[in-house]
Amino acid sequence: MLEINNLHVELEEEGKAILKGLSLKVGAGEVHAIMGPNGSGKSTLSYVLSGRDGYAVTEGSATLDGTDLLDLEPEERAAAGLFLAFQYPVEIPGVGNMTFLRTAVNAQRKARGQEELSAAEFLKVIREKAKALQIDADMLKRPVNVGFSGGEKKRNEILQMAMLEPKMCILDETDSGLDVDAMKLVADGVNALRSEGRSFLVITHYQRLLDHIKPDVVHILSNGKIVKTGGPELALEVENNGYAEFLEEA
Amino acid sequence: MALPKLKSDATEARLAALSLPEAPGWTRAARDAALDRLRAMGLPARRDEYWKYTRPDSLTAVDVTPAAIFTATDEAPIFSSIDRLRIVFVDGVFDAEASDDLDLAGVRIERLAEAQAADLHWARDVYGVLEQRGQTPVERPLAALNTAFATDGVLIHVSGKVEKPIQFVYYHNSTTSDAILHHCIKLDAGADLTLLENGPAAARFNKVMEVEIADGARFAHVRAQGRDHERRAATHIFARLGAESVFKSFTLTANGVMTRNECVIELTGDDAVAHVAGAAVGDGDFHHDDTVFITHDAERCESRQVFKKVLRNGATGVFQGKILVKAGAQKTDGYQISQSLLLDDNSQFLAKPELEIYADDVACSHGSTSGAIDETALFYLRTRGVPEGAATDLLTLAFLAEAVEEIDDEPLRDEIVARLTGWLERRRG
Repeated sequence: MLEINNLHVELEEEGKAILKGLSLKVGAGEVHAIMGPNGSGKSTLSYVLSGRDGYAVTEGSATLDGTDLLDLEPEERAAAGLFLAFQYPVEIPGVGNMTFLRTAVNAQRKARGQEELSAAEFLKVIREKAKALQIDADMLKRPVNVGFSGGEKKRNEILQMAMLEPKMCILDETDSGLDVDAMKLVADGVNALRSEGRSFLVITHYQRLLDHIKPDVVHILSNGKIVKTGGPELALEVENNGYAEFLEEA
Repeated sequence: MALPKLKSDATEARLAALSLPEAPGWTRAARDAALDRLRAMGLPARRDEYWKYTRPDSLTAVDVTPAAIFTATDEAPIFSSIDRLRIVFVDGVFDAEASDDLDLAGVRIERLAEAQAADLHWARDVYGVLEQRGQTPVERPLAALNTAFATDGVLIHVSGKVEKPIQFVYYHNSTTSDAILHHCIKLDAGADLTLLENGPAAARFNKVMEVEIADGARFAHVRAQGRDHERRAATHIFARLGAESVFKSFTLTANGVMTRNECVIELTGDDAVAHVAGAAVGDGDFHHDDTVFITHDAERCESRQVFKKVLRNGATGVFQGKILVKAGAQKTDGYQISQSLLLDDNSQFLAKPELEIYADDVACSHGSTSGAIDETALFYLRTRGVPEGAATDLLTLAFLAEAVEEIDDEPLRDEIVARLTGWLERRRG
């Protein structure tokens, strides 16, 4: 599914190296977690994969089912099946949540050569999916993320994911700013989307999210590289002992 | 004080090319007075403070700059979905064939060119009267020129609630047409009228609309200017509001190399409400100027000015907006916002917001901003699969929304949004 090979990335303006030879392979249907301390390059990885400006790839590759992601515009990556759930979902005043979602869904369908959904069809699907995430009609009407609480914003991200049905989902610190109940709700939303054809890369600081979204593989990212890969028990190790021992290994 | 020679010569040259109607009837006095006013102030020139950001040359020159005729073949005429009474002008000339029957309950509609022949007419108390009141403290010579030389227009006397909107449709059929139209609208106490306007009108268009709104009456105005690009237009609205009356005007503008829309409003009765709004989308040599002057001369009145412009490829947007609160106009609630979204570094927005307040118990606020598109929002939309162009349009519409929402009537608002969306899509190709 997702294959990252020896990825080197620096900040375009400062020329500062952030990722220094990161390699990773996520198979179809797998859930991988990336854990790491502040400044290890977690968010950079998610932004580079989704195509944000300001990052220069100096070496290496990233492919999704063989397609070179780094060569594509952000919207083309989305159409190819990549989805990034933002750590800080963006507020867009003046654009209704529903309009936004429908535009996005239909843009992707169009890019994939599928027929666009009619207003009625769309409404039917979104109502059902919103209900599962406890997103009410009011939240769908309001401008995208404007005035949403932290939990509402994250639920809205998961709703977008559910509507867009990507095959590769990257969750960037989706647990940040969530209380236990909100985290559980979000995790349930994610778990409901788990399937054989869909993979997840869960980027997180803490182990607690992984109690709810059980990973198949855990990677420790430090100083721009994966320094250790293991099973779910690795996350517990971090929880108990911190990152210090891995940093020394790096 | 005598006018500078240059200005006086330019004014006389323009006047020499114009002629007063042969039988002006009851408008004669108003026309003569307007001509005197115009001679005294002269036509606007580049160095006039009120024309600092907009070059008046092409609006005042003797010769009309030719304008290509634009016919939209790729969209239905605007307001098609609205049941309305259409009054059609082609290059400023009334077209009876194309117009609907002017009979409508609650309202009397006449043509200026015909009605002025009578000796007496209700419009005598409006024609040139509101325009003249609007000449102080700032001179508006093009409006005086209009009062003096208008060839036609529509006189509307509203006595009740009019069941459907009246629409002025202006077609443009001659590359060098120079049209001067003057409308007068009078709403009796409690009357209610919605007026729609659209169309390229002429190569050069000078239009004045005077609106007298009696106590408790309501006047709504929705106008669409575009997509004819070579249009040069100077328009004025002069409105006077009685107690508890409501005035709402919205203008959508796309294209036009030279458009100056002035709106002069006087709140003379307590508890009156006046909202003026505009949404403009400009490209290339687009130049669009919104100039608004609102005078509060009664208690507890509310005024709002909401103007939004999206500019790119060197387009220019201008906003000059003033709220004048006279002594005694206590509890005034005045709000003014003018904002531009600059899609590149070549475009510019020039704003001059002004407040002048002589009452001590008022709430007035104003703001003006220029900004680029929100890159983070753009990226967010793109990660959801929305291509860059469509994402930019979505953010453009969102930016204009505050102005568009000033239209109270939902079907009309939908028409404007649909039009705007279509224009943006076509522009994207």
